[in-house]
Amino acid sequence: MEISPDSWIVYSWNGWQLNATVAFTWVIMAVLVVGSRMITARLGEGETVSRWQVLLEVVVTAIRDQIDDVGADDPGRYLPFIGTLFLFIATANLLSILPGYQPPTGSLSTTAALAICVLIAVPLFSISRRGLLVYLKTYLQPSPLMLPFNLVGEMSRTIALAVRLYGNVMSGTVIVGILISVAPFFFPVVMQLLGLLTGLIQAYIFAILAMVYIASASRSGRAPTEDGFPQTKQGD
Amino acid sequence: MDPATLIAAVSILTAGLTIAIGSIGPALAEGRAASQALQAIAQQPDAANTITRTLFVSLAMIESTAIYCFVVSMILIFANPFTEMFQQAAGG
Repeated sequence: MEISPDSWIVYSWNGWQLNATVAFTWVIMAVLVVGSRMITARLGEGETVSRWQVLLEVVVTAIRDQIDDVGADDPGRYLPFIGTLFLFIATANLLSILPGYQPPTGSLSTTAALAICVLIAVPLFSISRRGLLVYLKTYLQPSPLMLPFNLVGEMSRTIALAVRLYGNVMSGTVIVGILISVAPFFFPVVMQLLGLLTGLIQAYIFAILAMVYIASASRSGRAPTEDGFPQTKQGD
Repeated sequence: MDPATLIAAVSILTAGLTIAIGSIGPALAEGRAASQALQAIAQQPDAANTITRTLFVSLAMIESTAIYCFVVSMILIFANPFTEMFQQAAGG
């Protein structure tokens, strides 16, 4: 049984092999870019706007509200990055209702790439907000003895982010594959429905966790709030 | 028993044990987290949004322990490095 779309070669030319992960990633990119391009090409401000514009407004406003809820000061700064993560993973998982489609998030390479994006984005946002020295000092908090633990924590949460998404999506595919051979037709459909729910929740969780990491890195050195504790939320 | 059969038998047994033992802890923890969240929502319905969001995030983190076990057992069954190693040693 194939447990990742990496081994499915869609097209090969002169020794260059195009596997399903990359191909379906391009499909998702095309859907997202062309779709939003077509909608934003004719944005209106009048009394009647197109229904697609309403859809986009709802999505963008919802993401912005969620970022605001996590506690970032300025949601507009993080909206492009977090929104892209959420929309990409959500589209990748939800498109699995189409027959013949394998979600690229079911491959460890895709999720590792996304997690590395988060790993790089956390210091970038933090440095641009508070400067390099203040950021480097957070590794020595609460005492210099904690430096190796902070470093290990940074790495392990990145790996956890990648393996969590990969495991969830891959387990959905594998369970459907096993159920098809055991109890055909009905149960696989139910598990596929559950997989859609799980996929959406995982997209939400990936984006929220990325936001929590960024927010905690950009704030942890600030003065405590009124109740005496800095409002930081640490991940695993 | 020749080594290939032994490797397969041990892999299958370990995969079963991994997912069986590894799912007990997260199952208990998720049930506890969900019941606590329900209690909190019942006491403070106003904070339901915050509680639900925190619940989802913590459920995902608890669940990741079980997911790690699942990934390990999948690797043991479908992508076991030791089977290939033995096949190469036997073929070469």
